[in-house]
Amino acid sequence: MTETILEVKNLEANLEDGDKILKGLNLTIKAGEVHAIMGPNGSGKSTLSKILSGHPAYKVSSGSMNFLGQDLNELEANERANLGLFLAFQYPLEIAGVNNLEFLRMAYNSKQKYHGLEEADPLDFDDLVESKLEILSMKNDFLNRNLNEGFSGGEKKKNEILQMLILEPKLVVLDEIDSGLDIDALKAVANGINAYKNAGNAVLMITHYQRLLDYVVPDQVHVLSEGRIVLSGKADLALELEKKGYDILNAKLS
Amino acid sequence: MVETKSNSILENLNSQDYKYGFTTELETDSFPKGLSEEVISKISQIKNEPEFMLEFRLKAYKAFLKMSEPEWALLNYPKIDLQDVIYYSAPKKKTGKDSLDEVDPEILKTYEKLGIPIGEQKRLEGIAVDAIFDSVSVANTHKKALAEIGIIFCSISEAIQEHPDLIKKYIGSVVPHTDNYFAALNSAVFSDGTFIYIPANTKCPLELSTNFRINTKGSGQFERTLIICDNNSYVSYLEGCTAPAFDENQLHAAVVELVTLDNSEIKYSTVQNWYAGDENGKGGIYNFVTKRGKCAGKNSKISWTQVETGSAITWKYPSCILLGDNSIGEFYSVALTNNMQQADTGTKMIHIGKNTKSTIISKGISAGKSSNTYRGLVKMGERAKGARNYTQCDSMLIGSHCRASTVPYIEVEGDSNRVEHEASTSKISEEQLFYLQQRGISLESAIALIISGFCKDVFKELPGEFAAEANQLMSLKLENSVG
Repeated sequence: MTETILEVKNLEANLEDGDKILKGLNLTIKAGEVHAIMGPNGSGKSTLSKILSGHPAYKVSSGSMNFLGQDLNELEANERANLGLFLAFQYPLEIAGVNNLEFLRMAYNSKQKYHGLEEADPLDFDDLVESKLEILSMKNDFLNRNLNEGFSGGEKKKNEILQMLILEPKLVVLDEIDSGLDIDALKAVANGINAYKNAGNAVLMITHYQRLLDYVVPDQVHVLSEGRIVLSGKADLALELEKKGYDILNAKLS
Repeated sequence: MVETKSNSILENLNSQDYKYGFTTELETDSFPKGLSEEVISKISQIKNEPEFMLEFRLKAYKAFLKMSEPEWALLNYPKIDLQDVIYYSAPKKKTGKDSLDEVDPEILKTYEKLGIPIGEQKRLEGIAVDAIFDSVSVANTHKKALAEIGIIFCSISEAIQEHPDLIKKYIGSVVPHTDNYFAALNSAVFSDGTFIYIPANTKCPLELSTNFRINTKGSGQFERTLIICDNNSYVSYLEGCTAPAFDENQLHAAVVELVTLDNSEIKYSTVQNWYAGDENGKGGIYNFVTKRGKCAGKNSKISWTQVETGSAITWKYPSCILLGDNSIGEFYSVALTNNMQQADTGTKMIHIGKNTKSTIISKGISAGKSSNTYRGLVKMGERAKGARNYTQCDSMLIGSHCRASTVPYIEVEGDSNRVEHEASTSKISEEQLFYLQQRGISLESAIALIISGFCKDVFKELPGEFAAEANQLMSLKLENSVG
């Protein structure tokens, strides 16, 4: 039997002191699978990514999130990350004065330490990083800049994918990784995602558009509406949505 | 309640226990509390000073009596009762002027605990240390080796006796005894400090450093440091400060004077970690310091780097008088305040010579309920043709109960002079912390990483291993009680 990576059951969640955003969400992701979540603005897509990864502004009021056999709600954001849950941010943050390469090594070593493995010294780590840079057609000087500081939109997204390739998580949640990318950057990012994918891990893509799905083909497409998954299907569902818009939801659901 | 929890992390950054807050039990010779002409004469007498020094002190005292405590700084503290201070306190046992065998073992133990290498076998290569304990210098390493190449590195008390001509010529030449209230007080009662003279055409092969330790309860420390770099010479100097954690405030009023002659350079670095008081603002050092350098010679350079993390009150403006043509002044500062600490610190760059240049990089970090002010003056006279200054002042706030202020004064005459000023204020955002945590980095490390990035431009000016130490010190000072 294939390993279950993520199992979300009847999840309800809200912003601290705010209205309910997720209203009974169910989602199961198994190893080797690629899932895509689409849905209108305000349906709760980004919220889902933040709740899974442990953003402090959100609160789970009921339901469960099980990741590799562990209850996510019991874990701090950094523990979830070290366990193998990676969120590629829609808007990656800039951290002034922090060297990109040093940051990457710090993140990598946090994970190594968490799993009781040996931390990488700077030389070994350089080799590891360089092998990943090629996949994304990124230049070396990228590493000597400060973390996301002054990066273009495309560079920031590529940097997210670079981090993903280095940290080798079990589940990646890509929150609109395709927004603001030109076609070359989109291809590089897709290249990175395809290089990452294997039978033992999984991908959850949150997107508005079909175009990324041309390069990274999903096994399942879900439509999120008003805090719930209302429709699931195969890759062709995304194509249909692209053509006809979310109006088809009304027809299909009635 | 994750949100509330993570907010409270930023609101209640309690500094970790101050690890240098211990006291050494020693028999001391201490004067009774109080300030008078008699006390000043006794200090001079006990130090066996020549007549000119006593005259200098008494002249300063006379000036001091006519002055009043400055009130322009953004600092709030009860008036200091100067009659309630011990002006001289020294360990009873002999000090090790010539050999460490004579130093009280308790004192050696103290420095071991502080991690300062003064024991013969533990001396660090590349660093010479002068150790000042309350009012006296108790040990001084590498003195002989340095003397062989003509470098004088000793306590100022010793220099007053052995090099009176140099002292006479330079003491008070940068900070006159009438300069300000605390400088006048210091000139009257100073007890010990470091004296350095680098002869012409000499690059000092070692980092020279002084470690200041206040030990006795109720005693003030009035250090006096004088560094002279003769033509075509260079020295890098590092100052470190610690004190026991007492409930009552202690006064530290220092004067530091630097002089560079033609083509010479002094690099002066400070890591100030005096006791800051507890989280309710009880106890801690009152740090009122006048530090000034004079680039007297052409093409000379003075560079101040300071990392200010301790003290309940900090009042300190390391400055440069750029007298020689083409001389350069630099000021790199990180000032961190937490809990109830207050700092009013900055610099003065006085451009007098032609084509003089100055750079000011100031990074203020405020946490808890603290207050952190940058106050700086850039002044360019008519004669200073082609003078240039670049100033960058950045403040970072952690939590929402602290305060950061920037008070720049710019006075420029003549139209060939140029001043650039940039300032910013930022907060560590929850989003930045979440981003780093989402990459597996713990909350404490995430805060430390952001702070170290913020301070990078200053820390890179610190000599080698001290940069790493400064980073650690920052994390320690901001370490919180998570969970």
